[in-house]
Amino acid sequence: MPLLLMLAASPSLQAARIGDVSDTHWLEQAVRFFSFQDPSLRYALIGSILLGVTCGLLGSFIVVRKLALMGDALSHAVLPGVAIGFLWSMSKNPVAIFIGATVAGLLGALMVNLLTQTTRLKEDTALGMVLAGFFALGVCLVSMIQRLPTGTKTGIDKFLFGQAAAIGAGDVWLMSGVAVLSLLAITLFYKQFLVTSFDPGFGRVIGMPVQVFHLVLMLLLAFAVVIALQAVGVVLVSAMLITPPAAAYMLTDRLHRMLVLAALFGLLSGAIGAFLSFLGNSLPTGPCMVLAASLVFGAAFLGAPRHGVITRWWRQRSRVRRIGRENTLKSIYHVLEDRDFVGEGVSLKELAERRRETIEEARRQARELHRHDFATLQDEDHSIWLTPRGWQRAAAIVRNHRLWELYLTHSASIAADHVHEDAEKIEHVLGEDVVRQLERHLDFATRDPHGKRIPSSVDIHQAGRPAPSREDPRPTGYGGGS
Amino acid sequence: MSELIPAFDWQQVVVSPWRDDPGTFFWIALMGFLVTVTCGLVGNYLILRRMALVGDAISHSVLPGLALAFLAAYAISASQQGPDVPHEDLRKPLLMFAGALAAGILTAVLIEWIHTKSRVKQDAAIGITFSSLFAFGVILISLFASRIDLDQDCVLYGEIGYVPLELGPGDWVPPSVLRMGIVALLTVVWIVVFYKELLVSSFDPGLAASLGINATLVHYAMMCWLSVVVVSAFESVGAILVIAMLVFPGATASMLARRLPAMLLWTVLQAALSSLLGLHLSLWLDCYPAGAMAVAAAGLFVVAWVAAPREGLLATWWRRRQMALEEPSIPEPPALGDGPMNPRSD
Repeated sequence: MPLLLMLAASPSLQAARIGDVSDTHWLEQAVRFFSFQDPSLRYALIGSILLGVTCGLLGSFIVVRKLALMGDALSHAVLPGVAIGFLWSMSKNPVAIFIGATVAGLLGALMVNLLTQTTRLKEDTALGMVLAGFFALGVCLVSMIQRLPTGTKTGIDKFLFGQAAAIGAGDVWLMSGVAVLSLLAITLFYKQFLVTSFDPGFGRVIGMPVQVFHLVLMLLLAFAVVIALQAVGVVLVSAMLITPPAAAYMLTDRLHRMLVLAALFGLLSGAIGAFLSFLGNSLPTGPCMVLAASLVFGAAFLGAPRHGVITRWWRQRSRVRRIGRENTLKSIYHVLEDRDFVGEGVSLKELAERRRETIEEARRQARELHRHDFATLQDEDHSIWLTPRGWQRAAAIVRNHRLWELYLTHSASIAADHVHEDAEKIEHVLGEDVVRQLERHLDFATRDPHGKRIPSSVDIHQAGRPAPSREDPRPTGYGGGS
Repeated sequence: MSELIPAFDWQQVVVSPWRDDPGTFFWIALMGFLVTVTCGLVGNYLILRRMALVGDAISHSVLPGLALAFLAAYAISASQQGPDVPHEDLRKPLLMFAGALAAGILTAVLIEWIHTKSRVKQDAAIGITFSSLFAFGVILISLFASRIDLDQDCVLYGEIGYVPLELGPGDWVPPSVLRMGIVALLTVVWIVVFYKELLVSSFDPGLAASLGINATLVHYAMMCWLSVVVVSAFESVGAILVIAMLVFPGATASMLARRLPAMLLWTVLQAALSSLLGLHLSLWLDCYPAGAMAVAAAGLFVVAWVAAPREGLLATWWRRRQMALEEPSIPEPPALGDGPMNPRSD
């Protein structure tokens, strides 16, 4: 029963959406959205886009500085400022609220610094305390304001979860002002922000007022939080500061590209959030924006070309499989070498014995080679014949291995029985140019430390010959040498 | 201003509640104390492990778990008695615990996963995880508003004032106080039983690993317990008091003590004081009791920060001043010569 009372007393959900329309079909709604006829919708959309861009730009700096949760603390810390700004004018005057919130946000940021400098407490605790303390103060103030005779119908409680529908012309002007200001600050002081973000020590050494730029950043962040409050609300503003830049961070290594991408993602999430909340008749805007941003982040997290989880997993998997194939090829070469390259095919049994594995495993590896066009299977899948490509790869791997062993014994003075393990790893990653260097350095030697022949370039590039059934293994490699 | 802050009336704010309606205020104060002490004890370890903000994250991200618990309860009841389910039947404490636990574990796993598997740092991972889950929860609630007996405001600041109203005719204790009491008791038992493991793994993960304590297990156990604490505190006091109490008592205690047992004792004291002070503050200013308790806890921390005997701002300032005054008695460093580089040369 008390909960029912509570539900009745808090109508915040019902009004927290953009087009206050009765149930219409979602297609109709979509058409209305894209025709941009509703002025309230226009303001909401423009506002969402502006705040997305601003938050994306400024959030990039806190994400690279590992201060992401400063955004969270700051966004909660503005609440008492909002309440006091509200008390000052006794209405939802954007300017008064803006000033109050900015002052409170800056106070919060300074408080975090002060706490970490004067106590043993770590930064996370300081952030948590500022967040909770300021927010609790704000909640108390808000509840006191709502108790006032004039306070009930003012909608100050909308600041907790945001209401894009409430964005008016004045808010849009304020938002554009902040967006332009942050854009200007970032373009004018790009170098300074870059240095203070990545290497504040260096910044201090070259005489840069690092502390001042930190404060400027905090000020701009407070601005961004305040303009985003209207639409997203205190609780979720931090997501707009963190998520789009984190998605951008997955995609690039350079700050300027990250800024552009983060602004783009912010814009995207703002627009998608506004669209979704307009589409569904009862969806609040802020959470829609945040979920849109999270989806963008999820896509970047999984599928980013270099740092994505799936792409990295795929790269690692294909590397492991390549190494497996190369090891099989190497074993086939060893079998062929043991019988002086007489006869063409290698039977599965020989391969399995060589690799100390079962026939089944050898068959699986042979199929894998076949699939990659390194070998063909003959005699009802019982013998493996290398293709020219397979022969080249096998000989190259054996050459890499033996060259490296020779290099280690020869130039690094490592005992001959200690070099195999190392060569086993390096053989898969030596590039052609390094091999050339090694060959020159070792004077085109033909025998490895164990007395086995190192395949020469001529051996490797005997194109068109599946395997050399060569009678005399040439005593010297090309170029004469030792 | 005068209508915002009423005049302080000692009789009305402090004396009369306890004289006229002791039952009501006893339960509210007890509930506040149980929540603050439980959160404070767990928070001590969070602060030591530098996970203070993970607590903040979990207290937001249990929301979708709760929402799904309501939907599950609705589905179960609807399959038995048709689509019209009274709201009372939707509150299934066990399902809610399970939902919150699942959401809490999901949060911990997601945070770990994002920051170990990618270049995104832990702080950003925390921010992304909890905001996504919270947004998801809010959307669930607004999509199925008729079936989820929960709203965002109650999630934020709860309604501790309704606790005494829950007292049914045959009850000794309001059910939510009973639940919170059990959780508080279990927390104390948990800390006593696993005192050594928690201590070692919080202060010295390396030593803990060499002693054979499974750090991952301790971490996830901590996260699970945190979710349980959050969800049991949630309904009546809301996320705001939980977040505040996860940091303030521990931070206050660490200003006052250096050893863990002493810190835990200070935590209990701070919890008791802040719930009582907060209750009276809310009576005076007529605001949400949970918010007022959090403000009181913050106030107590500020007092400790300024006036703590050894670590406080005043003590530090006094020590510095004394040192500056006594400076001549400090043996001079060997002179490096009278060049301009030597600051003492003039």
